Amino acid sequence: MTAWLWVLGACLISFLIKLAGYLAPDSLVDSPMMRRASASITVGLLTSLVVTNAFASGQRLELDARVAALVAAIVALKLKAPYIVVVLVGALAAALARVAGMP
Amino acid sequence: MPPLTPAVRMGVSIALAVGVYGISFGALSVAAGLSIAQTIALSALMFTGGSQFAFVGVVGGGGSFPAALAASSLLGLRNGVYAVGLDGMLHPRGLAKVLYAHLTIDESMATASAQDTVDEQRRGFFTAGVGVFITWNLFTAVGAFVGAGVDAKQFGLDGAAVAAFVGLLWPRLKDADAWATAAVCGVVTALLVPAVPPGIPIVVAGGVAFALASWQHRRSA
Repeated sequence: MTAWLWVLGACLISFLIKLAGYLAPDSLVDSPMMRRASASITVGLLTSLVVTNAFASGQRLELDARVAALVAAIVALKLKAPYIVVVLVGALAAALARVAGMP
Repeated sequence: MPPLTPAVRMGVSIALAVGVYGISFGALSVAAGLSIAQTIALSALMFTGGSQFAFVGVVGGGGSFPAALAASSLLGLRNGVYAVGLDGMLHPRGLAKVLYAHLTIDESMATASAQDTVDEQRRGFFTAGVGVFITWNLFTAVGAFVGAGVDAKQFGLDGAAVAAFVGLLWPRLKDADAWATAAVCGVVTALLVPAVPPGIPIVVAGGVAFALASWQHRRSA
């Protein structure tokens, strides 16, 4: 039940952020600083999510099959593969690395 | 039916391309421990892929729900900035703003801004916004049902999550400032993981990125 409250709360906040942009006076939000901050926060959070998803197990840092997914995804992106292919390549790499004996 | 203008064609192609990776979101969300219904609710109500991936990414990593909410909200801030731009471009009035707000995502903003006239911008916004809404939700449900039936690790779903975030990050690494932000936030995250509960390093990285943006802004001003 608690999970539902957090899910719906997060949905509501995401919506209110979008709506605020349509209601706020432009001068308040549409500054070069705000645009830079939003772009920067996006990069920072996504990088952090890459690191935690690739290396963290709870509060430990571990090297396991997910590293293969990270490397394979970067190679796919370098080769300009479409997003869905990048995701599939990541899954395949992790699955194969496990077959090869990585934890 | 709107006429098949360039904006409509662009919106439809984006909806078809983007919607398909709703499958990966659906599967990852269920693998992270959310129910099928919660997964579908996220796509229908939050409706902004990056934030949704962040929410389930934090939960899947053992993080708390408050940390997941903080991460998804911070990642959703850019939608607020898009909304300001779209408000100036399309001028919705009254209750229409609610509909515009819900459809404000990376893809609808990009399709609208790629057009030259207001009519085309509006057609682009709605075709991409409504189109992605339909495909994203449809494929989320498919992914959630498929994900519920497979062994996440055997199928490399944790690897898919890593790749999903790298794929979202990649196009945003456009200049030296972005790479610097990524490097600093990556190191900060790795240092914090052993020290604080799961999920918190991601939120702190968002704060660090904001501080870096202020510093980069002052330096360039």
